[in-house]
Amino acid sequence: MEKLSKLIWWKWLTMGILVYVIIGAFLFDVPRLPILNEGIRNLHFHVPMWFGMTLMFLASVIYALKYLRTNDLKYDVYSSELATVGLFFGMIGITTGMIWARFTWGEFWSSDPQQNASAIGLLLYFALFILRGSVQDDQQKARLSSVYNIFAFSILVPLLFILPRLTSSLHPSSGGNPGFNSYDLDSQLRLVFYPAVIGWTFLGFWIASLRIRFTNLSLHEQV
Amino acid sequence: MNKFKSFLFTLMIIMTGPGVAAQPVEMADKFRGEGKIYVVVMIALLLLISIFFYLFRIDRKLKKLEENQNSEQ
Repeated sequence: MEKLSKLIWWKWLTMGILVYVIIGAFLFDVPRLPILNEGIRNLHFHVPMWFGMTLMFLASVIYALKYLRTNDLKYDVYSSELATVGLFFGMIGITTGMIWARFTWGEFWSSDPQQNASAIGLLLYFALFILRGSVQDDQQKARLSSVYNIFAFSILVPLLFILPRLTSSLHPSSGGNPGFNSYDLDSQLRLVFYPAVIGWTFLGFWIASLRIRFTNLSLHEQV
Repeated sequence: MNKFKSFLFTLMIIMTGPGVAAQPVEMADKFRGEGKIYVVVMIALLLLISIFFYLFRIDRKLKKLEENQNSEQ
């Protein structure tokens, strides 16, 4: 993580990818679907937010495990900053989902299983930060939040990816079907969607790396 | 028997529905045809690139601070 933070090339690549994504999302042709109409273009923004969040939470839990093995506080910094940015992406994801829902399902919130599961998932991670705030000692804070992080991630995965598929839901990926059943089969959409996932995810990791470097600098100042 | 007949009838009506909606799906064709979509794209790109330049600025500032700290050690 340290080495990657200092490198520049992938950041320019991220910018290039996202410029392409913005242009493609608005200008490329999209399948003409009833109810969704042009809103299908939201696919390139809403979904990558969740992909980005999940990947950052995965990195966060990996660093949490590393902390528990080594007791090196730097891993706790990585873990918590990745969780912070992941949570931020999750909030954008749920908000864009609500906006999309307003136009396709008729209401911002329909207590749809996927919506509820996503909200619970975010609340789990909010609780992680409340836990961190309640402990003063650095090592104890790191240990408690690393353990909680593992717990939270273990619940998040079935909550977001398994539970909605078991129930009937308005959201794509329900009732046993994988996500994007009828949309992503379209190769026009894939041309923008796959780069979008990469671009937005890289952006998330870049922002997390900036936060990590800033935290490390300010910790150093105090010492 | 009557209930079953009326159910079947309703089902038939519903099932012909999708066939009837072979009417063209409403999309933003007029909006795009008038070239207004380019305004949207330009604004979105402007926002994106501005945010990216800000991020690059932060990146550079952090790098400088890190170098200062390392040289002080």
